[in-house]
Amino acid sequence: MTRLRNPLAGLVLVVLLAVAPYSVLQVPGVLPGPLNSPGTLQVLAICLVFAALALSYDLLFGFTGLLSFGHALYFAIGGYVTAIAVSRWHWGLVPSVLAALLVTLVVAALSGAVSLRVQGIAFAMVTLAFAQAGSVLVVQDPLGVTGGEQGLGLDASGLPDLFVGVVNTRYLYWLALALAVVVYLVVRVVTQSPAGHVWSAIRENELRAGVLGLRTYAFKLAAFVIGSVLAALCGAVYVIVVGGASAGVTTADFTLSLLVMVVLGGSGVRSGAMLGGFAYMLLDQRLGSLAGAQSISALPAVLEVPLSQPLFLLGVLFVLVVMFLPGGLASLPRLLRRGGARERGRVREPGAEAV
Amino acid sequence: MSTVIVLAFTGLGLGALYFLIASGLSLIFGLMHVLNFAHGAILGVGAYVGWWAASHVGGGPGLRLLLAVLVGMATSTVLAALLELVLVRRLYDREIAQVLVTVGVGLALVALLQGIWGTDPRSYPVPGWMRETIHVGGAAIPQGRIVVIVVGALVLAAFVLFLRHTRYGLIVRAGVENRAMVTALGIDVRRAFTLVFALGGAAAGLAGALAGAYFGTVTPQLGSSLLIYAFIVVVIGGLGSVTGSAIAAVLVGLLQQFTNYYAASGLGDLSVVLLLAVVLLLRPQGLLGRPV
Repeated sequence: MTRLRNPLAGLVLVVLLAVAPYSVLQVPGVLPGPLNSPGTLQVLAICLVFAALALSYDLLFGFTGLLSFGHALYFAIGGYVTAIAVSRWHWGLVPSVLAALLVTLVVAALSGAVSLRVQGIAFAMVTLAFAQAGSVLVVQDPLGVTGGEQGLGLDASGLPDLFVGVVNTRYLYWLALALAVVVYLVVRVVTQSPAGHVWSAIRENELRAGVLGLRTYAFKLAAFVIGSVLAALCGAVYVIVVGGASAGVTTADFTLSLLVMVVLGGSGVRSGAMLGGFAYMLLDQRLGSLAGAQSISALPAVLEVPLSQPLFLLGVLFVLVVMFLPGGLASLPRLLRRGGARERGRVREPGAEAV
Repeated sequence: MSTVIVLAFTGLGLGALYFLIASGLSLIFGLMHVLNFAHGAILGVGAYVGWWAASHVGGGPGLRLLLAVLVGMATSTVLAALLELVLVRRLYDREIAQVLVTVGVGLALVALLQGIWGTDPRSYPVPGWMRETIHVGGAAIPQGRIVVIVVGALVLAAFVLFLRHTRYGLIVRAGVENRAMVTALGIDVRRAFTLVFALGGAAAGLAGALAGAYFGTVTPQLGSSLLIYAFIVVVIGGLGSVTGSAIAAVLVGLLQQFTNYYAASGLGDLSVVLLLAVVLLLRPQGLLGRPV
């Protein structure tokens, strides 16, 4: 990718996505209906939220080399605090989201400070344990605010009218698109800042970065907190888009799926992580309806059983990508173009030094 | 007093299950630096295949449970060894990729279990005598608990004997200490890798069947819910130390049960995470881990 073409291509993509609600384009099999139908816009909005979420995770994993398995916790905090503030305390939407970000900031700073005492795989396990604690809190609901396994609906009366009702789905879609753009820009700015260079130094060789006199712990904590707050923002937008918080986003499986998204798309590459999040959610949502299709249910059980499980297909696809395409989907164009041309980027494996 | 004894035995039983899973994880991690995320799914597959085999034969529940244990263990052992041979081994120089592959396999296996046998809990054959109670210090303890605890202790003893007194145990221990050095001595550590994976799989399969008998049912999610506590046990115990895992498993199981009973249900899980945080703050390498 050349430096000049990239921002322009991104701009064109954003503009195209922004006008999508005015299009009646149909993509049979991939989208549930024409582009401007509420169902399709809802699916696309969710995919955009996850593109942003995957990028916020990649800030830790791909750019800093922190293999966290607890990122879903901050997504869940963002979503749940927003939903609780709006539905139970009847706050306005903006103060609710701000409160969610603030709570996430505090929790991420504390849990990050503890879990960063260990490195590599141990760090992954500790973050997973914290996420599990969050999951237990949400499901058991000792304070009676999260709605337990039932989840918590977002009280529509607390939302601006624009975000209420099926006819307004396009505003939800634009909200999700705005989120994706904001997260992209924030990640772009911070990764290109001096701190961003320290992060890549930590990813490549933390010991060396430390020997240079850099306080790697503080830099890692900063990456952890920024990534977590961005995830919380994604969580807040997610509950607005789907109209409530559900306990499913706190599970360990959900946490792992974030990792799957980033690696599928290509970690350490902004567009790759976003592509991964987008594609994963699209597959996850649409493979389910594929399973219901007659062509699949007519197959013999040996084929029908695995094909009807989206997670089976995603798991297998993930294994194949890890084995044979270490750079993820984002490295495909480069691999295809490779031949005589000099290779600018390398297929690297973020986090490899962290263990 | 009798409540305390009942809680202690429940906690020890749970701890034994955690240990069975954690022992394999800990060895695999210590030797290969691979966190095997498929371990829970391997446990699940073992439990389900064992259950399937047991539900296709006649005979009493005791015989069927024995069959479930044997078939389940065999399945898990083969599955774990295959995972190492077919996937993990090829990613020898890519430790993160090794972990990622196990994540993918774990997701796919659990989805496969759901596809074949559905998400509803399946009831495991539990012999009547395991449900009967014996009296220990005035408390009625189901004999099944005691079986699980005894099996856990036996497996711990077997692992310790294997590691201390066999040639392969020596290689594994040395590999955990310094893999590069062992390789430089001309010993093929890779065979030890497969062996450790297979052993871990066997322990996981055993844990799956025992968990089925312990809880009375199995679900596709059983493995992943146990796996998280096993991770916590491994970190608290110290990565690569089987004895550390055993101590941590007992601690975690007891703490969970007592907190759940005396504080509030659900707080037990939180207190375990809190214990993990405290251990990390005081001793980042875990109870018996080597300093990092």
